[in-house]
Amino acid sequence: MTFTTDMYEGMLAETVTMPGANGELINAYFARPTGEGPFPGMVIIHHMPGWDEWYREATRKFAQYGYAAISPNLYFRSGHGTPEDVAAKVRGAGGIPDDKAVGDIEGAMLYLRSLPNSNGKVGVFGTCSGGRHAYLAACRVQGFDALVDCWGGRVVMAEEDLNENFPVAPIDYTKDLSCPILGLFGEEDSSPTPEQVAQHEAELKKHGKNYDFHMYPDAGHGFFYHHRPNYRQQQAVDGWEKTFAFLEKYLKN
Amino acid sequence: MCTMISKQVSIAGSGKGREGWFSVNQANVSYDHPFHVPDEHALNIDFVNEALGPGARVAVELSEQAARSLVETILEVLNQAEAGGHLV
Repeated sequence: MTFTTDMYEGMLAETVTMPGANGELINAYFARPTGEGPFPGMVIIHHMPGWDEWYREATRKFAQYGYAAISPNLYFRSGHGTPEDVAAKVRGAGGIPDDKAVGDIEGAMLYLRSLPNSNGKVGVFGTCSGGRHAYLAACRVQGFDALVDCWGGRVVMAEEDLNENFPVAPIDYTKDLSCPILGLFGEEDSSPTPEQVAQHEAELKKHGKNYDFHMYPDAGHGFFYHHRPNYRQQQAVDGWEKTFAFLEKYLKN
Repeated sequence: MCTMISKQVSIAGSGKGREGWFSVNQANVSYDHPFHVPDEHALNIDFVNEALGPGARVAVELSEQAARSLVETILEVLNQAEAGGHLV
């Protein structure tokens, strides 16, 4: 969607409550265009540093591009405080259980599908741990029409890193992936490394999945984050363009 | 992400947070994404008291070398105190 100066544009953005894993209520940030629609939906999965300002901005960005976008607070069960303090608590605990994250993401997808002005299509976007969680959800849950995985680490996991919270490496669910995937990665990232991304890509190819992976030179982890030194202007602009072109193809047509 | 390399250790002491001093009973030590230092990963230590909520936290984010120097220095100081008969 190209904005022109004579267009009307509006959105509503607010925190809401939605059913997450096992029907437990969690909060979420919900931004959607005003107007009758119908609108495709996007579930926006925050990164390890938390349900923070960048994620509220990103959620509004998707609404600006014509998506009803909801970002569930995957750390809801860890208590409340500043996003940083809550994320630090989760970091100290070694993360959140995969089952809870997948359940919350499924809840967000069902929330969007229940909207009267849904066009019937829902995608999922995530960065960092959110990319990993988005991938897990798109493999384990039916109902997503597109997936954008930005530098999701620990998709490939060593046997010794599996535990009660992370019982299965996401790559091992690849045969169940139910939608096209766009992957954006940086050559200088250490998690995932280019070798791990290549391994992931090979698995997608093996199972005949619809995938489009891009490995950016001179970029590391989190090159979209304009508030961090890893920000890379050219790669970020190109990555956003690829993201919205991909979603337009699979969610709006 | 995110390495998910993290250990929790019970401690006893006090820390000074946003609202003054409070008792800390746990240290969360991780090598993962920091919030402030301009590096992808850092050695992070959060001195916390979870009973008081996520905001009861004193945080430091250190480079690898700084963390190793800190560990050595703590041990040197403790050894000196022990040698001086100050640990009882």
